Amino acid sequence: MMAIKSVNALSHYTDWTIGHVHSGALGWVAFVSFGAMYFLVPKLWKRERLYSLQLVTLHFWIATIGIVLYITSMWISGIMQGLMWRAYDSLGFLQYSFVESVEAMHPYYIIRATGGILFLSGALIMVYNLWRTTKGDLRDEPVFGETVTEPATASAGEAG
Amino acid sequence: MQEKFEKNAFLLIIGIVITVSIGGLVQLVPLYTLESTIEKVDGMRPYSPLELAGRNIYIREGCYLCHSQMIRPFRDEVERYGNYSLAAESMYDRPFQWGSKRTGPDLARVGGKYSNDWHAAHLTDPRSVVPESIMPGYPFMAKRKLVFDNADEHLKTLATLGDPYSEDQIANAVKDVQTQGMGGDGTEALLQRYPKAKIGDFDGDPSRVTELDALIAYLQMLGTLVDFTTYKPEMDLR
Repeated sequence: MMAIKSVNALSHYTDWTIGHVHSGALGWVAFVSFGAMYFLVPKLWKRERLYSLQLVTLHFWIATIGIVLYITSMWISGIMQGLMWRAYDSLGFLQYSFVESVEAMHPYYIIRATGGILFLSGALIMVYNLWRTTKGDLRDEPVFGETVTEPATASAGEAG
Repeated sequence: MQEKFEKNAFLLIIGIVITVSIGGLVQLVPLYTLESTIEKVDGMRPYSPLELAGRNIYIREGCYLCHSQMIRPFRDEVERYGNYSLAAESMYDRPFQWGSKRTGPDLARVGGKYSNDWHAAHLTDPRSVVPESIMPGYPFMAKRKLVFDNADEHLKTLATLGDPYSEDQIANAVKDVQTQGMGGDGTEALLQRYPKAKIGDFDGDPSRVTELDALIAYLQMLGTLVDFTTYKPEMDLR
């Protein structure tokens, strides 16, 4: 796609590329690495399981939201940047100066930073989780996959 | 046959090597039949020692991460930045500074667009001249004396790589750094050696040559060497 001239003419030099790369770097490479770490650390330290699986779930969702914010803001701002650079007014002059495109990027950079911070916090949660795992701690929490059975009498009583 | 290749790793490697080399050869072989992939263009010359020092600072500070030096042949880019970049214009760039991201504007033809004073103010505190700018300031460059006492060695190295530096240019390299950054005697000889070089005090401090002098000298010559009033693109056609 990006090798097609008309696509590249718009996307190249803009934040579109940054969004594209980070969707791969954060969403694919980083997540595969996280998964590998969560699998390997308990094996290497010969622990029964990870310190907390709930923290893994938290990490997953925080990082996922971070990535979504990061790449969507970069994709949108990248296209906007590319369109602003080539926009003409009704008299045939370039519509925007370069610095106007820089100014227009501001909200997107804030969203991007927020996404990045979320992703980083997720990674810090992982570090904490793995550190406790190596120490051999187990967090007191419902075991993953085990269904919590509700007392049947409660719902029956209400219905009556 | 598919099964044979899939079950024998060594055979698969051989197969991959053959396939990949066909692709590689198709791309590479035609280039060997050309004498040069870069057309000669009038006006191009190697960098003067001060410009070279400025270019090294440009690379050291990572300017290329936010600024491209490559104007594409599109209407809006040509109107915004100037004539599209020619291959010959980066023939003395090792490595080239085309860049891949425009957080800031393209700089391929920034030379002569702004005054030296503007550049000095902008590099020291970008927001003093462009309030919306998000570029970091580089105030330390005006305070740091340029260390480029081995300019001649730099030129010699580039000469071994094929840049046409003459013995005269190499012999005068260390002196030329001072001459271009301070003016005074020897400016005519310097202009003979490096036509169109900008000479003078760039950073507003006439007493010495600073890193800021070097960087502005480099910025002020970017894209100015080729005279586009006489350049004919048809000359590119073989």
